Amino acid sequence: MATVESTQRIGRLEGSALTGVLVREVVNYSSYWKSSTFSSTVEPTIYLLAFGFGFGSLVSTIGGLDYVDFVGTGTVATAVLFSSAFPGMFGTFVKYQFQRTYDAILAAPVDTEELVTAEAVWIATRAGVYGCVPMLVAMAFGLDPSWGMLTVPLIAWIAGFGWACFGISIAGFSKSFENFNYVVSAVLTPLFLLAGSFFPLDEFPRWARVLAQLNPLHHLVVLVRDAVIYGWDGWTDVARLGVLVGFGFAMWRIAIIAMTRKLVD
Amino acid sequence: MTRELAIRLRGAVKRYGPITAVDGLDLDVPMGTCVGLLGPNGAGKSTTMRLLTAQAIADEGEIEVLGFRLPGESKMARAQCGVTPQLDNLDTTLTVQQNLLVFAHLYRIGRADRKAAIERALELALLTDRRDTRIDKLSGGMRRRLLIARALIHGPRLVLLDEPTVGLDPQVRQGIWALIDKLRSEGTTILMSTHYIEEAQRLADTVLIMSHGEAVAVGPPPELVREHAGQEALEVYGPPARLVEVEVEAQASGLRTRRTGTSVSILGTDGHRFGIDGERRPANLEDVFVLLTGEEIH
Repeated sequence: MATVESTQRIGRLEGSALTGVLVREVVNYSSYWKSSTFSSTVEPTIYLLAFGFGFGSLVSTIGGLDYVDFVGTGTVATAVLFSSAFPGMFGTFVKYQFQRTYDAILAAPVDTEELVTAEAVWIATRAGVYGCVPMLVAMAFGLDPSWGMLTVPLIAWIAGFGWACFGISIAGFSKSFENFNYVVSAVLTPLFLLAGSFFPLDEFPRWARVLAQLNPLHHLVVLVRDAVIYGWDGWTDVARLGVLVGFGFAMWRIAIIAMTRKLVD
Repeated sequence: MTRELAIRLRGAVKRYGPITAVDGLDLDVPMGTCVGLLGPNGAGKSTTMRLLTAQAIADEGEIEVLGFRLPGESKMARAQCGVTPQLDNLDTTLTVQQNLLVFAHLYRIGRADRKAAIERALELALLTDRRDTRIDKLSGGMRRRLLIARALIHGPRLVLLDEPTVGLDPQVRQGIWALIDKLRSEGTTILMSTHYIEEAQRLADTVLIMSHGEAVAVGPPPELVREHAGQEALEVYGPPARLVEVEVEAQASGLRTRRTGTSVSILGTDGHRFGIDGERRPANLEDVFVLLTGEEIH
């Protein structure tokens, strides 16, 4: 009988395992980056133009802001959501169900925890970059540059990590694609509208404003506006950042549980 | 002193709800040998393979792979194993070389050795001149060769092949067999599941015949044949009614029979003068397989 080599440690969240999964994503990205970048750029531009010209002709300013500046910063959250929750849901499901990629990866020295973490890190990184696109488009329409803009990729990354893990969890708990419809209609759409991206929430009934405080997207919208335009709001913004970090952490652990149930019999 | 074991299973049980896929399986794979897991579809071969990579967790029993206890130490075992899945899971929009590069990273091959490892795998898969071809442009045989070479990129001590030639044309299958035989001759330990008898007979030093999650026979193919089917079989052809008569007659003489589609094989006719005309042939592993897993043993 071979004896167990005690010199080799059984590590959790090993760098080399995370790197392996990330390399796979990066190499794959080289084959589809054009379409992915196209949709992430064109979509927010259309939102900006539609809302900017549509609403913008009715209301030129909101809370002292040019409407384009208001929407340009608000749709950062939309871009983050679209480029994290959806890849989390659909990408994970496809890789698990149809491509069986995860079977191959888990046969290598990679655990489910590492697999989920690396996938979420990758999606979050893309969301961090793509999330900045609406802001850049708005700059082309007159949004003034500011130092705070440099923090937007990081804020978008943190939120993107949480939403990526949210998407992965949904994919892990779902037995079929159809279940995604419920999630999109019942969860993502309301949260997306109750974020304050396109209109302020001040005129909403009180219950809706309280509910918005539970919406990570809302905190993302406010944080981005503070970073880019208004300036930081002290402990309030720290608390908002705390919500995003807490959301990310909770969703991360849930995603690992969901995928372990799915991938390991 | 017995030979060092690459795989050791004792009383492994895996249940899925009311179904027991693996039911108290004992399995030994000595280092440097090729063991074939032979069984009909649904016998529990793939579940056994998944137990060995901890993608399924046993409900009962002990599992050791390369001296590591599973599931706790599975990751260290996996680092030294290569796995070829039954279902192709190559990244189809990537090139041959990119697929290998990804696995060079997943199997933690250092930067200095990566290039050489990829070249070796390309040679092994006979795909050196197709390195820049996208997977969806490769033939089924090429994909399968790549799938096997991908599992060997880090020079594993143990290779798990789950139905390595399932769904391939006969001539493509020959190519895969040559590849597996090459590994075997180089001393790589192999556990291979298959439901092709010829594959097991040609490649495996030891065959374990599995049925309903259990091992029904273990041994080198020639020994299994001798033990369970004797040396010689008599193959009798005829219309269905005649075949029934032959069966009755043979069983009356205390011999076992099995149906082979258009004929009846009477087993263990070794040297007997037997009053039925037919074709005498050496007994083979298929006789054993059908006796043990298919028909009732008469």
